[in-house]
Amino acid sequence: MSSIKEQFEIPAKLKTWSFALIGAGLLALIIGFITKGRGTEEEQAVFIGTIMYNTIFWTLVTNASMFFICITTLAMGGWQQSFRRIPEAISTMVPIFGSITVAVLLFVVFSGNHHIYHWLDTNAVAGDEILKGKSGFLNVKFFTIWTLLAVGLWSLLGWRMRQISNEADQAAFNGETGASFIWRNTVRAAMFIVWFALTVGSTIPWLWLMSLDAHWYSTMYSWYTFASSFVSGMSLIALWVIYMKNKGYLEYTNEEHLHDLGKFMFAFSIFWTYLWFSQYMLIWYSNQPEETLYFKHRVQGVYKGIFFLNLIINFICPILILMKRSTKRNYTLVTFMAVLIIFGHWIDFYQMVMGSISKDHVTLGWLDFGILSLFVGLMILFVAKALAKKPLVSKYHPFLKESIIHHT
Amino acid sequence: MAKKKFVVGCFDDEANLFPAVKKVRTAGYKIHDVYTPFAVHGLDHEMGLRETSLHTAGFIYGITGTATALSFISWVLTSDWPLNIGGKPHFALPAWIPIIFELTVLFAAVGMVLTFCYLCQLSPFIKKHHFHARATDDLFVMVIETTEKTNVDDLKAFLANAGAVETDVQIAEEGWWLGRYDKDQVPFQNKIVAA
Repeated sequence: MSSIKEQFEIPAKLKTWSFALIGAGLLALIIGFITKGRGTEEEQAVFIGTIMYNTIFWTLVTNASMFFICITTLAMGGWQQSFRRIPEAISTMVPIFGSITVAVLLFVVFSGNHHIYHWLDTNAVAGDEILKGKSGFLNVKFFTIWTLLAVGLWSLLGWRMRQISNEADQAAFNGETGASFIWRNTVRAAMFIVWFALTVGSTIPWLWLMSLDAHWYSTMYSWYTFASSFVSGMSLIALWVIYMKNKGYLEYTNEEHLHDLGKFMFAFSIFWTYLWFSQYMLIWYSNQPEETLYFKHRVQGVYKGIFFLNLIINFICPILILMKRSTKRNYTLVTFMAVLIIFGHWIDFYQMVMGSISKDHVTLGWLDFGILSLFVGLMILFVAKALAKKPLVSKYHPFLKESIIHHT
Repeated sequence: MAKKKFVVGCFDDEANLFPAVKKVRTAGYKIHDVYTPFAVHGLDHEMGLRETSLHTAGFIYGITGTATALSFISWVLTSDWPLNIGGKPHFALPAWIPIIFELTVLFAAVGMVLTFCYLCQLSPFIKKHHFHARATDDLFVMVIETTEKTNVDDLKAFLANAGAVETDVQIAEEGWWLGRYDKDQVPFQNKIVAA
């Protein structure tokens, strides 16, 4: 146990790359602001919408790491112990990306840009039976309070999970202290999961994303968003695990662990497709105008290409490539698939948000990729910093041995 | 089917079994099989068994199910008996996906269960020799094939040395034969008491 490398040192190359990505992103942001952010209300809506889906996507994806930690804790899982510090480090991004999300959303809500959220237009709501009925939920006050609460509690409860994990670095447990440690972990994880269910599992996608089409609703929507963010979150964990393995860290983690991460990526890609299809098929079959309006311009309009590309990347590729056992144990292929899945679900978020804001034009272009590079750069830099702060393996954790001898 | 002479070593712990399997293989003996009370992770790898092709079979069965459902439904609803259902096109793919999916699962599941039984030679009215009844309870039973050149006593000593709590020699049918387990239950009829 003494021979492993416990302390991560940030390679200079990683810093250079992340600064380059952040620089490119900031440049795109500034040029975007000058060319689009000061134009008509529609142009502003496109500019802000582009930032919005990126920041929401990355907040939910990094938050999925904490969900992964909590769900494995509640399930008394041991296999993830050898690399648990990776999702912990990724989840430190929730306060950072969460603050950006809160700032962007509150800006939208308080500036009253009803090209983004139609329900902000008080005159329209007053003469609209459907929106009037929803106004108890879709109003500025509730939106603000719930958004602040959501991000705040994700950050706080996640922080509490990371704090308790430090205890496993300091001293060995005996039977009694070990049991109490596991119990306190369980309680804290359960608290996070409950709040996660009340937010990501239900209300937050309704508020942040589904209310872009204020008249439309789908009961699948929150699970769909959750599945999207969770499968990307698992891919992100897999990418970081592979990166750290490449740099010679995480000696206890091997292809057995990678295999299980690959299974998560595979299974939740299928789960996402199940929700995608259920949502689409029911609306297609019943053919009610107020429901099909969401799919009209996505399936038959300008978003057709992106809509089906989404299905190919996020369903056809994972099912065909990740199905084999040997693929899930192959570092190169898992890296490829993880990048593809994250990109695919980023595209999914793109069409969810921009498909509603800009119905007649596909806006995907340099601004989208610029903002994406800003968030990726921030994520790489801060996750690496968080990884360098703590030992990479919590060496006294009672379940660590289970992870070392893990076998699938 | 031919009868063969086997040397049987029984182990009472998984932890002893793994090094013993390794030793026996390094010494060049051929392991017929290892019978365990429960699935032991990693044992197949240690025994050097090849990867099962059951999943490939499953994939083929699944694809067959998909093709069957898709071709049959599309033939019925587009050319044999087209119906106007809620103004939908005759080739209403989204509506068929659940059925195609169900048939894929059904073919894959049934096909794989039958293939599994075939590979394990499990079937009603089929009987196989049991090397040790306690393999279904608490013993890990390693069975080694012998040739004319094998020195049985050496092998038994070797197994005992590797941690076997019990060793013996059995001349047994290696394949299956027609029979029932609830009748004529004489699992040790071929047992030869060691000299």
